[in-house]
Amino acid sequence: MFRDTYDPMKDDMIQVMNPEGEIVHPEWMPDLSDETIIQMYKTMVYGRIIDHKVLQFQRQGRILTYAPNLGQEAAQVGSGFALRQTDWVASAFRELGVWLRKGAPLYKILLYWYGNEEGMHMPESVRILPVSIPIASQFQHATGLAYASKYKGEDDVTIAYVGDGGTSQGDFHEALNFAAVHETPNMFFIQNNQFAISTRRAHQSKVKTLAQKALAYGMPGIQVDGNDIFAVYAVTKAAVEEARSGQGPSLIEAYTYRMGAHTTADDPSVYRKEEEVKEWEAKDPILRLKKYLSRKGLWDEDQDAAYKAEREAFVKEEFKKVEASGLVPLEDVFDYLYAEKTPDLIEEYEKIKARYAKEGK
Amino acid sequence: MAILNFIEAITHALDLEMGKDERVVVYGEDVGYEGGVFRATKGLQEKYGDKRCFDSILAESSIIGSGIGMAINGLRPVVELQFSGFMFPGYNQIVTHAARMRNRSRGQYTVPMVIRMPYGGGVRALEHHSESLEALFAHIPGLKVVIPSTPYDAKGLLLAAIRDPDPVIFLEPKRIYRAFKQEVPEEDYTIDIGKAKILKTGKDITLVSWGAQVRDCQKAIELVEAEGYSVEHIDLRTISPIDKDTLIKSVKKTGRFLVVHEAIKNFGPGAELVTLVNEGAFLSLEAPPSRIAAPQVIVPLPKGEHHYLPAIEQIADKIKELILY
Repeated sequence: MFRDTYDPMKDDMIQVMNPEGEIVHPEWMPDLSDETIIQMYKTMVYGRIIDHKVLQFQRQGRILTYAPNLGQEAAQVGSGFALRQTDWVASAFRELGVWLRKGAPLYKILLYWYGNEEGMHMPESVRILPVSIPIASQFQHATGLAYASKYKGEDDVTIAYVGDGGTSQGDFHEALNFAAVHETPNMFFIQNNQFAISTRRAHQSKVKTLAQKALAYGMPGIQVDGNDIFAVYAVTKAAVEEARSGQGPSLIEAYTYRMGAHTTADDPSVYRKEEEVKEWEAKDPILRLKKYLSRKGLWDEDQDAAYKAEREAFVKEEFKKVEASGLVPLEDVFDYLYAEKTPDLIEEYEKIKARYAKEGK
Repeated sequence: MAILNFIEAITHALDLEMGKDERVVVYGEDVGYEGGVFRATKGLQEKYGDKRCFDSILAESSIIGSGIGMAINGLRPVVELQFSGFMFPGYNQIVTHAARMRNRSRGQYTVPMVIRMPYGGGVRALEHHSESLEALFAHIPGLKVVIPSTPYDAKGLLLAAIRDPDPVIFLEPKRIYRAFKQEVPEEDYTIDIGKAKILKTGKDITLVSWGAQVRDCQKAIELVEAEGYSVEHIDLRTISPIDKDTLIKSVKKTGRFLVVHEAIKNFGPGAELVTLVNEGAFLSLEAPPSRIAAPQVIVPLPKGEHHYLPAIEQIADKIKELILY
């Protein structure tokens, strides 16, 4: 839909709903049922509650490192809703809203951040690649996933996520180039949250918008208001449908803001002022959709409070189960290097086991 | 039975498996239309089409990274890196993803993929075209590292590698790509990854080598056996996982051990092998387990490369030195 009309060199940003929750571009407003819109809202709120609770657990010393999503919920949930269940997701590590939408069980997500690889063993139907920490490297996997779908004659598409910092990596460029050359069904989704840890977007790239980078590869690029869930959904949905129907890949830049820290190991007060964060609080993606829903009479404060209380209790319950899971057994550390353990791995495993037995562990 | 050289055996194996298994896709720089700079994939695009055999973009990280995605989504990519000296941009994908995906997802996502690379010196080439980097792969958990030394083994090991459920680094000694021909059966056969081959039995010393060094060692053995010594020669064939049992059994019999490789000495594969021998056959040893390897220098350009590669006389002298120790 946008690929024929949007010119990335004009630096426009697609917006459907303004920060007041008013629809300013009805012609782009996606055709969504009230139930779906409420579902989108709930998924964003759920994600924020998870963030909030996990940060509490972290401060209590019950979880180690965590990468919060605060402020980026619309970019994640909006794009996630544009996918169907069998589509592939190549994640980085700040895509909680997408994971929730794709049906990743909370227990698994929490188990991963708790420090157990088993957390990234998702149900088969989820189709999310595990967390990829080397920045932008997952973009390359996304091209292969999409090539294979097309090769097999399946019409699943693949979406890959990266931050603004990740657009500087070679893997970002190579992947876009591969996808354009092979016309694979890929969406490359940049969550431009303005920071790579502490490095600002302006220090990352000289181009005016990151969407413009698409032009170098001969694919459409589009910048969207990342805090407007309707705009994110509309733009991603259009790209998904185009990719699914054989029109090739596209690049989407969701312009948003990381209101929290990079991870729990980061202190953003070192590199940014509180006033800047305050400015973005006024553009909060959840608040924006809530205003829309209240105006339409689809959601009220009682419902809001009840939903939040119910989700909070659920997160607490799931985390209790995670804490009860204890330490990773020795077998798990040795069992997943190869389909079959090598003689050397068997020997090393037996040695450690014998040592533990001697020590009475 | 066909009479094939090493590179023809590679092409033959790829052809056979592409014909049998539609999941196999073959790509790399110049691999499609031209058939690769060494012609390993000659004729495959014509036969199987440009979706199954194609020229990749000129980007090693993309070659490996896209292959990881394909493997996860049900294909069996067999990719070629033009020379092992150019693998470094792709090394990140090999180490941080290909080797780890099974473990990271606790067995949900796996990477059955073969990464072929010509490697090794003695071909009078430009910089970055002569390295022996097997230790850089053998050091990484989650990878298998295979080096055939004959056309027969090249076919059997490549078929085994393609059918392996995990990523296999398949290093091809390019010095012997066209050095000799051998009878290679037309039919399907595989050679077990992780199994060394005793090329000849002997009683005075165990000599281990792989790749192009196997032939040089054979020439050295001829020299010393003409003087009445007896050498047991093992072709390691798989660098990781190492066939320790075959090695230790042999050293327990001969009491002496020498490994010859053209990878550099420091922290090289020989260091691992010598340690295994010390740990596994110490009481049988009659001489220090030893290695011949390239010195810790950058592979010289052609006019200096003779200083680098192990020499046949050097191997023969060392064998005698250890026997007479």
